[in-house]
Amino acid sequence: MTARPPAPRIYYLVCGALLALLLLTVAVSFIDLGAFNVPLALAIAVAKALLVALFFMHLRDAVPLTRLVAVAGLAWLLVLFLLTFGDYATRGWMQ
Amino acid sequence: MEHVELASRTTAPHHQFDDLLQQRRAYEMGMWIFLVTELLLFGGLFLGYAVYRNLHTAAFQAGSRELNLLAGAINTAVLLVSSLTMALALHALQLARRRAAARLLALTALLGALFLAIKAWEYTSHVLHHKFPGALFQSSGPHPGPLELFYSFYFAMTGLHAAHMLVGLVVCAIMIGLLRRGRFTPESHAPLEMTGLYWHFVDIVWIFLFPLLYLMGYPQ
Repeated sequence: MTARPPAPRIYYLVCGALLALLLLTVAVSFIDLGAFNVPLALAIAVAKALLVALFFMHLRDAVPLTRLVAVAGLAWLLVLFLLTFGDYATRGWMQ
Repeated sequence: MEHVELASRTTAPHHQFDDLLQQRRAYEMGMWIFLVTELLLFGGLFLGYAVYRNLHTAAFQAGSRELNLLAGAINTAVLLVSSLTMALALHALQLARRRAAARLLALTALLGALFLAIKAWEYTSHVLHHKFPGALFQSSGPHPGPLELFYSFYFAMTGLHAAHMLVGLVVCAIMIGLLRRGRFTPESHAPLEMTGLYWHFVDIVWIFLFPLLYLMGYPQ
Protein backbone atom coordinates (compact mmCIF):
# COMPACT_ATOMS: atom_id res chain seq x y z
CA MET A 1 0.00 0.00 0.00
CA THR A 2 3.02 2.26 -0.19
CA ALA A 3 4.01 4.25 -3.26
CA ARG A 4 7.46 2.64 -3.28
CA PRO A 5 7.17 -1.11 -3.68
CA PRO A 6 9.44 -3.07 -1.32
CA ALA A 7 12.39 -4.78 -2.95
CA PRO A 8 11.65 -8.38 -3.95
CA ARG A 9 14.77 -9.43 -2.01
CA ILE A 10 12.80 -9.21 1.23
CA TYR A 11 10.12 -11.50 -0.27
CA TYR A 12 12.72 -14.15 -1.12
CA LEU A 13 14.22 -13.86 2.37
CA VAL A 14 10.78 -14.21 4.01
CA CYS A 15 9.95 -17.24 1.87
CA GLY A 16 13.30 -18.81 2.75
CA ALA A 17 12.62 -18.21 6.44
CA LEU A 18 9.13 -19.74 6.09
CA LEU A 19 10.52 -22.89 4.44
CA ALA A 20 13.25 -23.13 7.11
CA LEU A 21 10.59 -22.86 9.84
CA LEU A 22 8.59 -25.59 8.08
CA LEU A 23 11.62 -27.94 8.19
CA LEU A 24 12.23 -26.95 11.82
CA THR A 25 8.65 -27.68 12.94
CA VAL A 26 8.68 -31.10 11.21
CA ALA A 27 12.09 -31.94 12.73
CA VAL A 28 11.28 -30.94 16.32
CA SER A 29 7.95 -32.79 16.19
CA PHE A 30 9.98 -36.04 16.24
CA ILE A 31 12.02 -35.00 19.31
CA ASP A 32 10.35 -35.86 22.60
CA LEU A 33 9.97 -32.59 24.51
CA GLY A 34 7.15 -33.85 26.69
CA ALA A 35 4.58 -31.14 27.29
CA PHE A 36 6.50 -28.66 25.12
CA ASN A 37 5.94 -30.31 21.71
CA VAL A 38 2.51 -28.77 21.17
CA PRO A 39 3.36 -25.22 22.39
CA LEU A 40 6.55 -25.23 20.28
CA ALA A 41 4.67 -26.31 17.12
CA LEU A 42 2.12 -23.55 17.76
CA ALA A 43 4.85 -20.96 18.43
CA ILE A 44 6.53 -21.80 15.11
CA ALA A 45 3.14 -21.52 13.35
CA VAL A 46 2.60 -18.09 14.96
CA ALA A 47 6.06 -16.99 13.78
CA LYS A 48 5.27 -18.12 10.21
CA ALA A 49 1.86 -16.40 10.27
CA LEU A 50 3.49 -13.17 11.51
CA LEU A 51 6.05 -13.28 8.68
CA VAL A 52 3.26 -13.70 6.10
CA ALA A 53 1.07 -10.98 7.65
CA LEU A 54 3.84 -8.42 8.15
CA PHE A 55 5.70 -8.82 4.85
CA PHE A 56 3.47 -10.51 2.25
CA MET A 57 0.28 -8.80 3.48
CA HIS A 58 2.19 -5.55 4.11
CA LEU A 59 0.81 -5.12 7.62
CA ARG A 60 4.23 -3.64 8.48
CA ASP A 61 3.50 -0.67 6.19
CA ALA A 62 -0.25 -0.46 6.87
CA VAL A 63 -1.91 2.56 8.47
CA PRO A 64 -2.72 2.21 12.22
CA LEU A 65 -6.46 1.76 11.57
CA THR A 66 -5.83 -1.32 9.39
CA ARG A 67 -3.47 -2.76 12.00
CA LEU A 68 -6.16 -2.14 14.61
CA VAL A 69 -8.64 -4.22 12.55
CA ALA A 70 -6.15 -7.11 12.44
CA VAL A 71 -5.45 -6.89 16.18
CA ALA A 72 -9.19 -6.66 16.94
CA GLY A 73 -9.71 -9.92 15.04
CA LEU A 74 -7.05 -11.61 17.16
CA ALA A 75 -8.62 -10.15 20.31
CA TRP A 76 -12.02 -11.67 19.48
CA LEU A 77 -10.35 -15.00 18.69
CA LEU A 78 -8.68 -14.82 22.11
CA VAL A 79 -12.06 -14.18 23.78
CA LEU A 80 -13.50 -17.21 21.95
CA PHE A 81 -10.70 -19.48 23.20
CA LEU A 82 -10.29 -18.02 26.71
CA LEU A 83 -13.98 -18.16 27.64
CA THR A 84 -14.44 -21.67 26.23
CA PHE A 85 -11.32 -23.09 27.85
CA GLY A 86 -12.07 -21.19 31.07
CA ASP A 87 -15.34 -23.08 31.13
CA TYR A 88 -13.84 -26.49 30.33
CA ALA A 89 -10.90 -26.04 32.71
CA THR A 90 -12.97 -25.05 35.76
CA ARG A 91 -15.88 -27.49 35.57
CA GLY A 92 -14.10 -30.81 35.53
CA TRP A 93 -15.21 -31.67 31.97
CA MET A 94 -11.68 -32.37 30.81
CA GLN A 95 -11.18 -35.72 32.63
CA MET B 1 -14.96 7.91 -25.25
CA GLU B 2 -14.62 4.46 -23.77
CA HIS B 3 -10.89 4.97 -23.55
CA VAL B 4 -11.37 8.22 -21.61
CA GLU B 5 -13.75 6.49 -19.20
CA LEU B 6 -11.30 3.69 -18.62
CA ALA B 7 -8.49 6.16 -17.96
CA SER B 8 -10.54 8.19 -15.49
CA ARG B 9 -11.62 5.04 -13.69
CA THR B 10 -8.04 4.10 -12.95
CA THR B 11 -6.61 7.53 -12.19
CA ALA B 12 -9.44 9.38 -10.41
CA PRO B 13 -10.89 8.29 -7.06
CA HIS B 14 -14.58 7.51 -6.66
CA HIS B 15 -16.60 10.58 -5.65
CA GLN B 16 -16.82 9.65 -1.95
CA PHE B 17 -13.03 9.72 -1.56
CA ASP B 18 -10.73 12.74 -1.37
CA ASP B 19 -7.92 11.08 -3.28
CA LEU B 20 -6.61 7.74 -4.54
CA LEU B 21 -4.55 7.15 -1.40
CA GLN B 22 -7.59 7.46 0.84
CA GLN B 23 -9.53 5.18 -1.50
CA ARG B 24 -6.79 2.54 -1.40
CA ARG B 25 -6.62 2.66 2.39
CA ALA B 26 -10.40 2.26 2.62
CA TYR B 27 -10.27 -0.77 0.29
CA GLU B 28 -7.44 -2.23 2.33
CA MET B 29 -9.21 -1.82 5.65
CA GLY B 30 -12.46 -3.20 4.22
CA MET B 31 -10.61 -6.29 3.04
CA TRP B 32 -9.00 -6.75 6.45
CA ILE B 33 -12.44 -6.54 8.10
CA PHE B 34 -13.62 -9.31 5.77
CA LEU B 35 -10.53 -11.38 6.57
CA VAL B 36 -11.22 -10.97 10.31
CA THR B 37 -14.70 -12.46 9.81
CA GLU B 38 -12.98 -15.33 7.97
CA LEU B 39 -10.54 -15.68 10.87
CA LEU B 40 -13.45 -16.18 13.28
CA LEU B 41 -15.19 -18.57 10.87
CA PHE B 42 -12.10 -20.81 10.90
CA GLY B 43 -11.59 -19.94 14.58
CA GLY B 44 -14.76 -21.82 15.54
CA LEU B 45 -13.41 -24.98 13.89
CA PHE B 46 -9.99 -24.53 15.50
CA LEU B 47 -11.70 -24.10 18.88
CA GLY B 48 -13.74 -27.28 18.43
CA TYR B 49 -10.63 -29.16 17.40
CA ALA B 50 -8.70 -27.86 20.44
CA VAL B 51 -11.47 -28.82 22.88
CA TYR B 52 -11.94 -32.35 21.51
CA ARG B 53 -8.20 -32.91 21.16
CA ASN B 54 -7.96 -32.17 24.90
CA LEU B 55 -10.83 -34.54 25.65
CA HIS B 56 -9.52 -37.39 23.42
CA THR B 57 -5.78 -36.74 23.21
CA ALA B 58 -4.69 -40.33 22.53
CA ALA B 59 -7.20 -40.88 19.71
CA PHE B 60 -6.38 -37.52 18.06
CA GLN B 61 -2.64 -38.30 18.25
CA ALA B 62 -3.31 -41.67 16.63
CA GLY B 63 -5.33 -39.87 13.93
CA SER B 64 -2.45 -37.46 13.25
CA ARG B 65 -0.08 -40.41 12.82
CA GLU B 66 -2.43 -41.94 10.23
CA LEU B 67 -2.17 -38.86 7.99
CA ASN B 68 0.49 -38.63 5.28
CA LEU B 69 3.07 -36.30 6.84
CA LEU B 70 5.11 -36.01 3.64
CA ALA B 71 2.06 -34.97 1.60
CA GLY B 72 1.14 -32.39 4.26
CA ALA B 73 4.66 -30.97 4.42
CA ILE B 74 4.99 -30.78 0.63
CA ASN B 75 1.61 -29.03 0.45
CA THR B 76 2.74 -26.53 3.09
CA ALA B 77 5.87 -25.75 1.05
CA VAL B 78 3.75 -25.42 -2.13
CA LEU B 79 1.48 -22.87 -0.44
CA LEU B 80 4.39 -20.90 1.08
CA VAL B 81 6.05 -20.62 -2.35
CA SER B 82 2.69 -19.63 -3.91
CA SER B 83 2.52 -16.74 -1.43
CA LEU B 84 5.97 -15.66 -2.65
CA THR B 85 4.89 -15.71 -6.31
CA MET B 86 1.70 -13.79 -5.40
CA ALA B 87 3.73 -11.08 -3.64
CA LEU B 88 6.12 -10.95 -6.61
CA ALA B 89 3.19 -10.61 -9.05
CA LEU B 90 1.97 -7.51 -7.22
CA HIS B 91 5.52 -6.17 -7.14
CA ALA B 92 5.89 -6.70 -10.90
CA LEU B 93 2.71 -4.76 -11.60
CA GLN B 94 3.87 -1.90 -9.37
CA LEU B 95 6.92 -1.69 -11.64
CA ALA B 96 4.54 -1.64 -14.68
CA ARG B 97 5.73 -5.09 -15.77
CA ARG B 98 2.28 -6.32 -16.67
CA ARG B 99 3.30 -9.48 -18.54
CA ALA B 100 5.58 -10.62 -15.71
CA ALA B 101 2.73 -9.97 -13.28
CA ALA B 102 0.34 -12.13 -15.34
CA ARG B 103 2.93 -14.92 -15.55
CA LEU B 104 3.57 -14.84 -11.80
CA LEU B 105 -0.18 -14.89 -11.10
CA ALA B 106 -0.54 -17.91 -13.39
CA LEU B 107 2.31 -19.61 -11.51
CA THR B 108 0.54 -18.83 -8.22
CA ALA B 109 -2.69 -20.39 -9.50
CA LEU B 110 -0.72 -23.40 -10.78
CA LEU B 111 0.79 -23.96 -7.32
CA GLY B 112 -2.69 -23.61 -5.81
CA ALA B 113 -3.95 -26.27 -8.23
CA LEU B 114 -1.02 -28.52 -7.29
CA PHE B 115 -1.98 -28.12 -3.62
CA LEU B 116 -5.57 -29.15 -4.38
CA ALA B 117 -4.40 -32.11 -6.49
CA ILE B 118 -2.25 -33.44 -3.62
CA LYS B 119 -5.14 -32.84 -1.21
CA ALA B 120 -7.54 -34.71 -3.52
CA TRP B 121 -5.08 -37.63 -3.70
CA GLU B 122 -4.98 -37.69 0.14
CA TYR B 123 -8.78 -37.59 0.35
CA THR B 124 -9.03 -40.51 -2.09
CA SER B 125 -6.66 -42.52 0.07
CA HIS B 126 -8.72 -41.77 3.23
CA VAL B 127 -11.96 -42.79 1.55
CA LEU B 128 -10.41 -46.02 0.20
CA HIS B 129 -9.19 -46.85 3.73
CA HIS B 130 -12.70 -46.28 5.14
CA LYS B 131 -11.65 -43.16 7.05
CA PHE B 132 -14.47 -40.90 5.83
CA PRO B 133 -16.76 -40.36 8.86
CA GLY B 134 -20.15 -42.00 8.59
CA ALA B 135 -21.63 -45.44 7.97
CA LEU B 136 -18.56 -46.68 6.06
CA PHE B 137 -16.01 -45.59 8.72
CA GLN B 138 -13.83 -48.44 9.98
CA SER B 139 -11.05 -48.53 12.55
CA SER B 140 -9.35 -51.41 14.33
CA GLY B 141 -7.76 -49.05 16.87
CA PRO B 142 -8.68 -48.77 20.56
CA HIS B 143 -10.75 -45.54 20.17
CA PRO B 144 -12.88 -45.83 16.99
CA GLY B 145 -15.42 -43.19 18.14
CA PRO B 146 -12.99 -40.36 18.97
CA LEU B 147 -10.89 -41.29 15.92
CA GLU B 148 -13.96 -40.78 13.73
CA LEU B 149 -14.39 -37.40 15.44
CA PHE B 150 -10.78 -36.55 14.53
CA TYR B 151 -11.54 -37.33 10.89
CA SER B 152 -14.72 -35.24 11.06
CA PHE B 153 -12.64 -32.24 12.14
CA TYR B 154 -9.95 -33.11 9.58
CA PHE B 155 -12.42 -33.15 6.68
CA ALA B 156 -14.36 -30.08 7.89
CA MET B 157 -11.22 -27.97 8.42
CA THR B 158 -9.25 -29.03 5.33
CA GLY B 159 -12.49 -29.05 3.30
CA LEU B 160 -13.34 -25.45 4.23
CA HIS B 161 -9.73 -24.51 3.49
CA ALA B 162 -9.84 -26.29 0.12
CA ALA B 163 -13.08 -24.45 -0.74
CA HIS B 164 -11.23 -21.19 -0.05
CA MET B 165 -8.38 -22.35 -2.28
CA LEU B 166 -10.87 -23.04 -5.08
CA VAL B 167 -12.28 -19.52 -4.73
CA GLY B 168 -8.71 -18.21 -4.79
CA LEU B 169 -8.01 -20.07 -8.04
CA VAL B 170 -11.12 -18.62 -9.71
CA VAL B 171 -10.25 -15.10 -8.55
CA CYS B 172 -6.66 -15.55 -9.79
CA ALA B 173 -7.99 -16.54 -13.23
CA ILE B 174 -10.24 -13.45 -13.29
CA MET B 175 -7.30 -11.23 -12.28
CA ILE B 176 -5.12 -12.65 -15.07
CA GLY B 177 -7.90 -11.79 -17.53
CA LEU B 178 -8.21 -8.24 -16.19
CA LEU B 179 -4.42 -7.80 -16.26
CA ARG B 180 -4.25 -8.89 -19.90
CA ARG B 181 -7.01 -6.43 -20.81
CA GLY B 182 -4.93 -3.64 -19.27
CA ARG B 183 -7.38 -2.86 -16.49
CA PHE B 184 -4.68 -2.37 -13.85
CA THR B 185 -2.03 0.34 -13.68
CA PRO B 186 0.94 0.62 -11.30
CA GLU B 187 -1.04 3.30 -9.43
CA SER B 188 -4.46 1.64 -9.39
CA HIS B 189 -4.89 -2.12 -8.97
CA ALA B 190 -6.94 -2.57 -5.81
CA PRO B 191 -8.59 -5.87 -6.94
CA LEU B 192 -5.16 -7.44 -7.37
CA GLU B 193 -4.05 -6.23 -3.92
CA MET B 194 -7.23 -7.66 -2.36
CA THR B 195 -6.63 -10.99 -4.15
CA GLY B 196 -3.15 -11.06 -2.67
CA LEU B 197 -4.43 -10.39 0.85
CA TYR B 198 -7.00 -13.18 0.48
CA TRP B 199 -4.42 -15.63 -0.87
CA HIS B 200 -1.98 -14.93 1.97
CA PHE B 201 -4.76 -15.28 4.54
CA VAL B 202 -5.70 -18.73 3.20
CA ASP B 203 -1.98 -19.58 3.40
CA ILE B 204 -1.93 -18.53 7.09
CA VAL B 205 -4.92 -20.82 7.83
CA TRP B 206 -2.94 -23.75 6.38
CA ILE B 207 0.14 -22.73 8.39
CA PHE B 208 -1.93 -23.59 11.50
CA LEU B 209 -3.80 -26.58 10.04
CA PHE B 210 -0.56 -28.38 9.14
CA PRO B 211 0.97 -28.73 12.65
CA LEU B 212 -2.42 -29.22 14.34
CA LEU B 213 -3.52 -32.05 12.04
CA TYR B 214 -0.30 -33.65 10.79
CA LEU B 215 2.38 -33.09 13.45
CA MET B 216 0.71 -33.45 16.82
CA GLY B 217 0.88 -37.25 16.91
CA TYR B 218 4.65 -37.32 17.27
CA PRO B 219 6.74 -38.38 19.09
CA GLN B 220 4.78 -41.44 20.04
